[in-house]
Amino acid sequence: MARLFALCLLLAMLPLTVSADEANVQGFDNLAEEQRYRDLISELRCPKCQNQNIADSNAPISKDMRDAVYLMMQDGASDDAIVSSLVDRFGEFVRYNPEVDRRTFLLWATPAIAVGIGLLVVGGIVIRSRRRGEQGASLTAEEQARVNQLLAGEDRNNRS
Amino acid sequence: MKRLFLFLPVILVIVLGVVLFAGIGKDPNHLDSALIGKPVPAFNLSDLADAERQLDGEVFRGEVSLLNVWGTWCPACRDEHDDLLWLAEDKGVRIIGLNYKDNREDALVWLERLGDPYAVTIYDPRGTLGFDLGVYGAPETYVIDAEGIVRHRHVGVVNEKVWKEDLEPLVTRYREGA
Amino acid sequence: MYPELGQFALILALLLAVLLSVVPLVGSVSGRDNLQAFARPLSAGLFVFVAIAFAILTYAFLIDDFSVAYVANNSNSMLPWYYKFSAVWGGHEGSLLLWILMLAGWTLAVAVFSRRLPSVMIAQVLAVMGMITVGFLLFTILTSNPFDRMLPNVPADGNDLNPLLQDFGLIVHPPMLYMGYVGFSVAFAFAIAALINGKLDAAWARWSRPWTTVAWAFLSLGIALGSWWAYYELGWGGWWFWDPVENASLLPWLSGTALIHSLAVTEKRGVFKSWTVLLAIVTFSLSLLGTFLVRSGVLTSVHAFASDPERGTFLLALLAITIVSSLILYAVRAPVVHVRARYGSMSREIFLLLNNVLLVAATLLVLIGTLYPLVLDYLDMGRLSIGEPFFNLTFSPLAVATGLLMGAGVFSRWKKTDGGWLGRKLLWPLAVSLLATTAVMVIYGGFKPWAFVGCFAAVWVSVATLWDLWDKSASRKGRLHGLKRQSRSYYGMVLGHLGMAITMAGATVVSNYGIERDVRMSPGDTAMVGDYQVEFIEIGDRRGRNFTAQYGTFEVTLDGEAVSVLYPEKRQYLVQTSVMTEAGIDAGLFRDVFVAVGERIIDDAWAIRLQYKPLVRWLWLGSIFMAAGGFLAIADRRYRVRDKVTEKRAANAPAPRGDAAEALS
Repeated sequence: MARLFALCLLLAMLPLTVSADEANVQGFDNLAEEQRYRDLISELRCPKCQNQNIADSNAPISKDMRDAVYLMMQDGASDDAIVSSLVDRFGEFVRYNPEVDRRTFLLWATPAIAVGIGLLVVGGIVIRSRRRGEQGASLTAEEQARVNQLLAGEDRNNRS
Repeated sequence: MKRLFLFLPVILVIVLGVVLFAGIGKDPNHLDSALIGKPVPAFNLSDLADAERQLDGEVFRGEVSLLNVWGTWCPACRDEHDDLLWLAEDKGVRIIGLNYKDNREDALVWLERLGDPYAVTIYDPRGTLGFDLGVYGAPETYVIDAEGIVRHRHVGVVNEKVWKEDLEPLVTRYREGA
Repeated sequence: MYPELGQFALILALLLAVLLSVVPLVGSVSGRDNLQAFARPLSAGLFVFVAIAFAILTYAFLIDDFSVAYVANNSNSMLPWYYKFSAVWGGHEGSLLLWILMLAGWTLAVAVFSRRLPSVMIAQVLAVMGMITVGFLLFTILTSNPFDRMLPNVPADGNDLNPLLQDFGLIVHPPMLYMGYVGFSVAFAFAIAALINGKLDAAWARWSRPWTTVAWAFLSLGIALGSWWAYYELGWGGWWFWDPVENASLLPWLSGTALIHSLAVTEKRGVFKSWTVLLAIVTFSLSLLGTFLVRSGVLTSVHAFASDPERGTFLLALLAITIVSSLILYAVRAPVVHVRARYGSMSREIFLLLNNVLLVAATLLVLIGTLYPLVLDYLDMGRLSIGEPFFNLTFSPLAVATGLLMGAGVFSRWKKTDGGWLGRKLLWPLAVSLLATTAVMVIYGGFKPWAFVGCFAAVWVSVATLWDLWDKSASRKGRLHGLKRQSRSYYGMVLGHLGMAITMAGATVVSNYGIERDVRMSPGDTAMVGDYQVEFIEIGDRRGRNFTAQYGTFEVTLDGEAVSVLYPEKRQYLVQTSVMTEAGIDAGLFRDVFVAVGERIIDDAWAIRLQYKPLVRWLWLGSIFMAAGGFLAIADRRYRVRDKVTEKRAANAPAPRGDAAEALS
């Protein structure tokens, strides 16, 4: 009995709103729907947390948003419609996946641009290297004479 | 020529430095309302004082007002309450309350005990209007113009400083613009 | 009284650091050996005083001295002693002191382990490290003094360490991470020294390489530890969130990986020197950027320390001075002379260059993705969030491409590889990889395009690496002899690449075939997650040293056979009263079963999070392989063989005989 009381006391201290109105953990008809729900709530950001999606956040507003997503799914809304409706209310801050528009074009294109430039540079290096090879790796007569001289000098040093 | 290319990294870094410097001191969690320039979302909720009386968007028409989102469960709302009374009584600002996710009895007792700065209070127990407005934590205060268009949102307590710097200029502007 | 001694020690350290920055540098530029010789003893002195300061702070924690503000904010008398010890770096000021301790430690290490380096070089390297230390010590002493006191109102007890940090993870993750971050300062110092004295050659690359590799190995471990810690501690089963602070640690790692490969080319062939130097500067700059992002409050993150505009500005100034001056030095002094080297289009040099392209692209991607919201906000173009979906979508192709390149590149030869030969060589590995990947798809139940591509890349790297090992170890004296003949450096590479493959495999499989469910359960209920059945037995409570907890008992079975009993719990810490979830995890090499208790819904119904995570441990196992590879590589003979000619000469003739001696050395 004392343990039960202690348990109640403990629960009362927990910062949770426990009320009959609390929505249940969503029940889905099939695994695909459940997965779609999980994907959606992973993509949406909690507006007041320190960088968390609404799936992982315990904030009351996250819970409201999860419930809203569930209800909209039950109503048959598409993923885009669900996200748009939340963006309309909370701003684009709540999307973790930024839309591709004029502002974010540079962002989405970064990997392609970076790799593209890189490949151009590497290509340039390879071509230049080939061209250098074609121009003759052989030495001029003057350079050959210098080489001979150096080699001869080296021999003398080694013998001494 | 190649030497010039080598200066590119420095230039990029300096640009980045300017952006980072501008970011210092700003609150990264500050969010502007998504509804700025748009009308207050449609709603049909009861008056806190009178459960029979239904309120809708008409309540904002005719005068520039502040919409204050509050609840008895919110300690910061208690902190700003006296400032709201000052605004309503001394400054003659029309404040409409939005009692968010609260219990009617508790809210009425609260207002009775502490004073009621609100011209009228909308009772939103499920938080539906709050959700549609994009409220993510009380207290929040919106500036609504005489046509019912949302013009500004302030997240956090309203005090004299906030009034002077943020809200008053807007209220004056939209009063004159009407 | 003694905390003031700690402050005093820091000031002394600062003085020594200033001397270290100036004296040897002047000596190196003016050719005065006696001034250069100050470098080593000054480094030792610097380390001693920083260590004293750190020891004093630790002591303050261990004896519960709450008159020191930092101790009062981060500790509590009920905290177990090992958490009091790690609480030293649990907050901003203390972790900064840890940074400085590492910096001084690395400086000392460079001073001790570089007898063979010319005095001029060593003087400059240590001077640069001294300059960095000056910056950080100034920052600490002026804005973030850990020894500030709260006299005369000494609190009766402290605010306690954040419960999330009361964990083994805090004891290991930050030190490893900082060893990596700070270690890259050595590569940076070598680069700056080379720019100053103009001796940018293969020898420079050879000296730089072991230091860079060790730093990289530590950073790999540090990041993996952070990921592992987040996984079991935060209760959501996630292992990477693309959070700005996490990205801040990934940036120097990506750039550092490019650097160790670029150094390989510069050492072996003496080419790409300018590029390597730039990478060394950039890598350390990214370390510094990370430090700034965590402590300035500019970006929102679960990891961020409490921010302060004054600190942010100081740190930004420190960053700006360091990075801008080093890049200007680079622009002015980097060599632009074209080396007359030739490389075939499929030579090892080109493969490594392509590796750099991909890694740098990845670095840019993460950097831009992390800072973009800041830039847009600066331009008043709105408040965007860029998170997991974006990064997963854009980073994965780069990772896969790197894997594909790695597999092919392993067979490439320096200077020239015959394209036809390479193609033929790759056929068998290709076939084996396709087969193995298909098998994996079948085992895990279902073809998914991203899973296929990711797994293929991982298998491809492993097969190619092991195939190459098999090829190289062929010997007339038998396989074992052939294996023993390979250098540690080579085995380091093998381990490193295998580690990468293991991590990629883990990431791909757990992301694509993992199952996550949130189910409502009351005692007596069962639920399925994948093939595992989880039964909720009961809920009870217990009390820990400084917390109370409710724990659930869950029985996990597979096809009727008992697998384990798990006890996930929700803890409430007594001082900070925050609620924390501890997950119940049945760990295995090939899968984890993860159960966490969520919200109480009503009465005795709870929201339970169930997860099946195949190959999740491979993520961190791969990092262990990578780090082991790094440590093995620096134990290579060529770093340990003494320069016998120089030694003999030093022992015998006092006066070297002009040209002949020069020619021989």
